[in-house]
Amino acid sequence: MENIRRVLSVIVLNEDGVLSRISGLFAGRGYNIDSLTVAPVPNTNLSRLTIVTSGNQRVLEQIVKQLHKLIPTYKVIESAEFVEKEMALVKIPLNEDFNGLDAMLKAYNGTIANSGENFIVVMVADDSKRVDNFLKAIKKYNPIEMVRGGSVALDV
Amino acid sequence: MELSGSQMVIEALRRENVSVVFGYPGGAIMNVYDEVYKQDYFQHILVKHEQAAIHAADGYARSSGDVGVAFVTSGPGFTNAVTGLATAYMDSIPMVVISGQVPITMIGTDAFQEIDAVGISRPCVKHNYLVKDVKDLPRILKEAFYIAKSGRPGPVHVDIPKDVTAHIGKFEYPETIKMQTYKPTYKGNVRQIKKAVEAIANAKRPVLYIGGGAINSNASEVVREFAKITGIPAVETLMARGVMGDENPLLLGMLGMHGCYSANMAMSEADIMIAFGPRFDDRVTGKLSEFAKHAKIIHIDIDPSSIGKIVPIDYPIVGDLKNVVQGMIPLAKEKVDSSKYKSWRDLLNRYNEIHPLKYDDSDDVIKPQWVIERVGELLDGDAFITTDVGQHQMWTAQFYPFSFPRQFVTSGGLGTMGFGLPAAIGVKRAFPHKTSINFTGDGSILMNIQELMTAVEAKTPVINIILNNKFLGMVRQWQTFFYDKRYSSTDIQVQPDFVKLVESFGGVGYRVTTKEEFDTALQDAIKSNKVAMIDVQVDRLENVLPMVPAGGTLYNMMLEYKE
Ligand SMILES: Cc1ncc(C[n+]2csc(CCOP(=O)(O)OP(=O)(O)O)c2C)c(N)n1
Repeated sequence: MENIRRVLSVIVLNEDGVLSRISGLFAGRGYNIDSLTVAPVPNTNLSRLTIVTSGNQRVLEQIVKQLHKLIPTYKVIESAEFVEKEMALVKIPLNEDFNGLDAMLKAYNGTIANSGENFIVVMVADDSKRVDNFLKAIKKYNPIEMVRGGSVALDV
Repeated sequence: MELSGSQMVIEALRRENVSVVFGYPGGAIMNVYDEVYKQDYFQHILVKHEQAAIHAADGYARSSGDVGVAFVTSGPGFTNAVTGLATAYMDSIPMVVISGQVPITMIGTDAFQEIDAVGISRPCVKHNYLVKDVKDLPRILKEAFYIAKSGRPGPVHVDIPKDVTAHIGKFEYPETIKMQTYKPTYKGNVRQIKKAVEAIANAKRPVLYIGGGAINSNASEVVREFAKITGIPAVETLMARGVMGDENPLLLGMLGMHGCYSANMAMSEADIMIAFGPRFDDRVTGKLSEFAKHAKIIHIDIDPSSIGKIVPIDYPIVGDLKNVVQGMIPLAKEKVDSSKYKSWRDLLNRYNEIHPLKYDDSDDVIKPQWVIERVGELLDGDAFITTDVGQHQMWTAQFYPFSFPRQFVTSGGLGTMGFGLPAAIGVKRAFPHKTSINFTGDGSILMNIQELMTAVEAKTPVINIILNNKFLGMVRQWQTFFYDKRYSSTDIQVQPDFVKLVESFGGVGYRVTTKEEFDTALQDAIKSNKVAMIDVQVDRLENVLPMVPAGGTLYNMMLEYKE
């Protein structure tokens, strides 16, 4: 069976240990986590996890059912249509030639987030594939460090 | 009402109508034990090892259907309990296990007897809690009992730090419970049920595949009725033995690795399979690509994640089995013509005649299967049977005449040696006036032998029947078949004197080498009303047959072993 990438939003009670239940479920049953982000849902006792995973159809079905089976799980959303964004930060040394950087940032919805004596930090927020591309392209400025945030997604 | 955390535990147990707790004290849970001392709502049975506390609570739960309860202390007390939790979890047994923990102020410091208990129990319980505030304790205990017994049952672990057991808080025990995130589905989808019954009515070769869910949902009666009105032949898993009753002409027997020929052939040749709460375990299915190849599958289960986990399902129905089958019965009465399956039943009965479950009895040496059949003959039909794990377990499943659900208490999913004796104690505590027999092996019995002391002390006279082959028999059998008889670490001729051993604990013992001696010993053991051990010297090299070798196909069983 074919390997499929899937973005899941999991709404859970915001209580002690809930993240370990979820990560433990994935580890124990041999499911993949490509990325995972968590944050509280404002004005509720809930948290929202966005999990990017992959597997064949059978495995993906099991992942959703197993997530549902956890007692603190309120909802698992696996809609086919959603806005997905991931953020990345890249630190670049100042002594580089920044020719073309502006255009590149523009192409990826990026900006300069901060600058110091010897470096600047640029950020982009885009879908994961495009963040991949951006991080490849930015290499020519010899980045010192890069970090990406994992996907967040909202179904539409 | 203002209570300490420890008093809350007692009060919650009282409100849950708990009549017995199995446990073992220690530093972190001493406050709770102090309250145990002061109360007389429930009995506390002191085991000799925490693993046994969990198995005993488990045996109590399996036989009675009520939630089993156990107490253990932090650190080693808890880690000893883990095998028990995993055993109960794999077989979906309702249980609440309360462990002590080091005080909250010390958690994370590697304090004396500190271990991350909820971290360890997480993958082997239905749910767990670390109680951080005494004000949450009443709600947590209420939820623990509710979660344990509702939906697909399972063990729930509550870890309580010592300072929380001393803190005082308001005790308000919720009468009813509604959880925001946990709502099991009991009622099956009516349209799906209708479609399923129509599919059955159109089939020619239906088979009922009955699993442990039928026990958990107390569905035995409706399952028997459904089988009767439809005339559909049935097979049972290890966990479902007793659901149909062995007298039932529609029951073919157990299926799977050591199932009978007709049961496995029924699965292989059926055109529709009606799965009543089984979980398609690999010991049942054999090679998946060949499993029930010609059958459409209806799967009824209360746990959605069980449906479609192993094989694709044509008619999934999520719901409580009893509830769903009750819904199927009137439709089946209307639509299903039981005479239509007559030739199918005849065929399966013929399979049974050609290849029945059998063994070659002998006058020179006792055959283990004979012992099991004989116990079935000598005892009234309402004795409870527990087992350990190995050949004796499979022979019991094959040859004991089970007649009612919950009669057979055995560790299926985890296959835990050492389960039998403590579980038999739990059974005896639940049914003091019924006979509680534990069929065990010379290997398994030594894994929780210390519990003979518990049985004597708690006045739970269980009868252990050792089918003593001086081998770790089941492993030896695999070595015979698949490892050229290299008996690596399975030939155990050095043994204790089991008679003296049980006598030293205050029980009665018998060493049996002939059939006559066995009859006398069993009758004597029952009459004595004491904890008993019958050491039956059986044929050392008997094999469990038939057998589907791991990864083999159900329709290609090994019926005989030839050198
Ligand atoms: C705790 C545990 N350890 C190891 C095993 C593996 N195992 C399965 S059956 C068996 C042999 C059991 O021997 P015995 O209790 O003498 O029973 P017999 O098979 O001879 O009837 C072993 C070692 C197990 N099931 N459980």
